[in-house]
Amino acid sequence: MTSKTIYDWIDERLGLSELAAFARHKTVPVHSQSFWYYWGGIALFLFLVQCFTGVLLLVYYRPGAEAYESVRQITFVMHFGWLIRSAHAWSANLMIFAILVHMFSVYFMKAYRKPREFGWLSGMALLGIASVFGFSGYLLPMDELSYFATKVGLEIPTAIPWVGSAIANMLRGGPEVGEFTVQRFFALHVVVLPAIFVPLLAFHLWLVQRHGNAVPPSIEALPPEQRESMPFMPNFLRKDLAMWLVSLNILALLASVFPWSLGKQADSLVPAPAGIHPEWYFMSPFEMLKLLGMVKWLQGEPGEIAGILLFTLGIVLWILIPFYDTKKDSGQRARAANYFGLLAIFALLATTVIGYWTIR
Amino acid sequence: MTDNIKIEPVVEEAGERNTRRAFLAAAGVAGTAYTAALAYPIYRYLASPEEMALSATAVTEVTLKDAQKLPLGSVLMFKFGTAPAMLIHHQDGRWVSLTAVCTHLGCTVQYEPQADRIHCACHGGVYNPYTGANVSGPPPKPLKLFKVAVNDTGVEVSRA
Repeated sequence: MTSKTIYDWIDERLGLSELAAFARHKTVPVHSQSFWYYWGGIALFLFLVQCFTGVLLLVYYRPGAEAYESVRQITFVMHFGWLIRSAHAWSANLMIFAILVHMFSVYFMKAYRKPREFGWLSGMALLGIASVFGFSGYLLPMDELSYFATKVGLEIPTAIPWVGSAIANMLRGGPEVGEFTVQRFFALHVVVLPAIFVPLLAFHLWLVQRHGNAVPPSIEALPPEQRESMPFMPNFLRKDLAMWLVSLNILALLASVFPWSLGKQADSLVPAPAGIHPEWYFMSPFEMLKLLGMVKWLQGEPGEIAGILLFTLGIVLWILIPFYDTKKDSGQRARAANYFGLLAIFALLATTVIGYWTIR
Repeated sequence: MTDNIKIEPVVEEAGERNTRRAFLAAAGVAGTAYTAALAYPIYRYLASPEEMALSATAVTEVTLKDAQKLPLGSVLMFKFGTAPAMLIHHQDGRWVSLTAVCTHLGCTVQYEPQADRIHCACHGGVYNPYTGANVSGPPPKPLKLFKVAVNDTGVEVSRA
């Protein structure tokens, strides 16, 4: 049997040639902002890296009471275990970064407008789940830093009136962070979250296929004959894969030159170490809550509740942007959304800088 | 002049083909090296327990503390390196130590004092409890014997 006959046999049953024809006709717009199109793909690649390294860690990781010991074993006993763990942690951080870049580029290109509202919403949900991935994965080594980060993080829901402490206890698996917390965070991290994330990601990618790449309003305003594009197969795909290779190299460099550390084993009787702070992507909300708590008439519980409310309001406004920034034809002149976006970036950067500044 | 013009394009074409071939070869080598650099740590990582087991199987002697008190007609199961082994104190006072891994498909065998045999429950293999010889059933090879030295504090079992 020739390869042509084999191909025909499969094609007749699976319709490969339809897929190939579809891929041939797919194009990607070319303009001055095309660079930003790669960031969703980079985030996707880093997610795949995490699936892969995550499975490798799963080979030796033991949740529950032995969690710290098993991570110590992975890091110091198993060959290259430190590298696998480091790659997992670094790719997680780089993925959050890539998602943020992707999100802001979508925001400022106004790619959330009709008919792409679901793309925006599913993307925001993916970012939300990614941060829960980060929070739950951070506890799994059960060293000092992860212990206190989780302790502090789970104090935040207690500010919610009436049901707050019940929620916190449910997440913790009891009144204290301990082996039950690791066990349920583990279940969350490797089963529940992937089970939600992967189908949502598939939906997100399907929407990109369905609607194609959005172009910024300035390009949209051009007459069709002045707009440029390139075929997805193989031109854009080739560039996309080149970006993946660049990402992999950066990841390999970071993971091997700056290996992820493992602190001392968590011990509830040992005081929190000086200079303890959240991961960079949680620094901004952490600092915003801290700053609001400093306002005189907001000190204590009212401040916490006000902070959470304000933060929630900001996020809700951000998520709902496709529904109030809808003017398609006058996109360039819809400045309010741009100012809101710049304000958000400024607030995130400023509070992050203040957060790191005040550690010292 | 005209000769030169005729020859030049031919030379260039061949050169181009060579450069292309050289480039593809170099890319192939680089790609293979890159993949190997990624695959090697992953292989070593996954093979770690195997290497640990290898160092454990390098064991040549095991001391079983207080095993000299083992009653007549009974057995003591222990680990020789990573694999299960047995020490039998026969009714006639003889000490015998053998691997306890069936040579058929690797189940752990058991000593049956009443029948005076070593039996594998998985597929009915039977071994001689003094020599380790495969007596009946599917086992293709005998069980390996260890050297046994009994003293006041325990029993030393070593590779024969």
